[in-house]
Amino acid sequence: MMSASANPLLQYADLYNEHSATINNCSLSPLNALRASALQVVVGQQLPARGSEDYERTSLAEMFAPDYGLNISRLQVTADVAAAFHCGVPAMSTYLAVVVNDTIHLSKSLSRLPEGVRFCRFSDLSETDYEWLAGYYGKIAGLSRPEVALNTLLAQDGLLVRVNKGVHLSKPLQIVNLMAGGNPVMAVRRLLVVMEEDSEAQLLICDHTGLGAVECMSSSVSEIVLERNARLDLYDMEEASDATSRCSAMYVTQQEGSHLLIDEITLNCGRTRNDFDIRLEGEHCDTFVGGMAIGSAHQKIDNHTNIVHAAPRCHSHQLFKYVLSDEADGAFEGSIYVAPGAVHTESYQSNRNIIASVGARMHSKPQLEIYCDDVKCSHGSATGQLDQEALFYMRTRGIPEADARRMLMQAFMSDVIDSVRMPGLNDRLRQLVDRRLSGDAAHCIDCRHSCADDASKQS
Amino acid sequence: MKEKLLEVVNLHAGIEGKEILKGINLTVGPGEVHAIMGPNGSGKSTLSEVLAGNPAFSVTEGSARLAGVELLDLSPEDRSHEGLFLSFQYPVEIPGVSMVNFMRAAVNAKRKYLGEEPLGASDFLKLMRQKRAVVELDNKLASRSVNEGFSGGEKKRNEIFQMAMLEPRLSILDETDSGLDIDALRIVAGGVNKLRTDRNATIVITHYQRLLDYIKPDFVHVLYKGRIVRTGGPELALELEEKGYDWIKEEIDNNAGEAAK
Repeated sequence: MMSASANPLLQYADLYNEHSATINNCSLSPLNALRASALQVVVGQQLPARGSEDYERTSLAEMFAPDYGLNISRLQVTADVAAAFHCGVPAMSTYLAVVVNDTIHLSKSLSRLPEGVRFCRFSDLSETDYEWLAGYYGKIAGLSRPEVALNTLLAQDGLLVRVNKGVHLSKPLQIVNLMAGGNPVMAVRRLLVVMEEDSEAQLLICDHTGLGAVECMSSSVSEIVLERNARLDLYDMEEASDATSRCSAMYVTQQEGSHLLIDEITLNCGRTRNDFDIRLEGEHCDTFVGGMAIGSAHQKIDNHTNIVHAAPRCHSHQLFKYVLSDEADGAFEGSIYVAPGAVHTESYQSNRNIIASVGARMHSKPQLEIYCDDVKCSHGSATGQLDQEALFYMRTRGIPEADARRMLMQAFMSDVIDSVRMPGLNDRLRQLVDRRLSGDAAHCIDCRHSCADDASKQS
Repeated sequence: MKEKLLEVVNLHAGIEGKEILKGINLTVGPGEVHAIMGPNGSGKSTLSEVLAGNPAFSVTEGSARLAGVELLDLSPEDRSHEGLFLSFQYPVEIPGVSMVNFMRAAVNAKRKYLGEEPLGASDFLKLMRQKRAVVELDNKLASRSVNEGFSGGEKKRNEIFQMAMLEPRLSILDETDSGLDIDALRIVAGGVNKLRTDRNATIVITHYQRLLDYIKPDFVHVLYKGRIVRTGGPELALELEEKGYDWIKEEIDNNAGEAAK
């Protein structure tokens, strides 16, 4: 195998060239169709290094540099992970798919999906659907970014959510992503969500690392289409190990009157880069993107948003909050672009951060580009320490300092937690945040057991 | 010998190197109400902050014992557990922390300190209900974030409610009358009086005689330039109300001038 080279993309290009037959054979034509163009990008570009434009604090070059193994022959995980897995969100019943690295297991709950909803692997589609899939796959994300091109070069399967016109799904869909295995491994994950006209759904994604997993990396590209008046609530929660790298790119297009809510919750991680590219293409779209990040030790959390108001009379709101301690490194770069003609745009962005230690650092860069009059836009960023007056007030009432600090941090996050509309998830989230802030193992306990089981079955 | 609940001896303290308290001596017995009055900037609020343990202030000399326990060695939370309560002049708003969670954390931390089991949910809510009645605090306020969006009067009532919940041995009320209309003042003072027993004590810090019509003091102290310069009965407060502080200031400043010569 290759060693980590100056341009880590080349090691994957080599791997692809060597194994292209296997990769293509174990995949399907709509995915294979894009590999040639993806390869061109991969060999022709460099991954951004730390400090380059839009990557002030994250080096994708470094992130992809280790010589990760890939499961290109699609070896199946023997254990029935889906059955063993039990998520810790109490009193919450979901349609569940479990993704171990990049192998997708559909749970029994999916056999009871209502009519008009597909939640399955790309590979479960019949060939008659391939043309439909090719109409979306790779079309929203494009190939302009090298990490996305790399994902497109290597992806062999993915998850599809399709909610047909007028269908309102009352029970949430859930994807649990697990990293597992005793060797350094990269998971190449794809998600396509197509919400047809007037449809409605909630999707919860949980990213975990199995106990046995060593250094690992998840590269994920999600493409989300909201057609006219569609509504999607998407909760993306990461609770991974310190040895986990995550590079996630989420692309959304919204048509007229559609509603999107995204909450990106980083409870625990190694190094994480999340990109959100959201295009509002029809009038009267509504978009809320909330983010909550808790960083400690040497964790790195980098969120990057780009919201494009391409149509008039849309409303978008971004709210990102970080609590950083120890030597944690946080970054938020958010841009709002208002295109010519997008009159009556309302767009707000807020980034607030608490630095709870001397060594923690936060980089915040809000950006507004407005090419249209008659809009309301604002952005704000503030980074500071815990409110010392509030801390003293609480202590005079007998609340020990550590508890008071935790309560204040939790309170600081409360408006992001309150944006969660999925029943049961707010309470669960409050508990998880509380546990995380109290410095306990901070893992979603129930999940951890099954992660451990899973890892042992893998090895 | 008379029992002492609070005994402050030669207390010196300041902030950022500037000495504000220059040798406070004060003894408070069980069942007593003491009023501390004085002109602006004399150190009244500093005294309350220092006794409560605000880390912004540093103590350079002296001691302060509550029922025999040296407060100055303790964290603010342990001072509270030992029975000290400070009603803030400006109660702090804490968005996102509900009154219920705040109070539960406070009550159970004290119980833990005293080696007692935490209070169960229903017992706790029952206690909240009982104590709310002391200051006629609306249930709606109890379910909101701590002091957030409370009016001035509601904030002060909330302070006395917390005092009722924590049952302190010694309560210091720092300018509790500021920002209160007559009705709110009556309710707040009424709450304080209901909580009085022959075992606890109250220090009332105030500018005005008005509050002392409602909370009747046994002793009145005048604080000036970081020292207690005069102590008397309730009649001293009336005298101050009539004559202002200038006569005391002149007397003290002249004496200091004499001494300097």
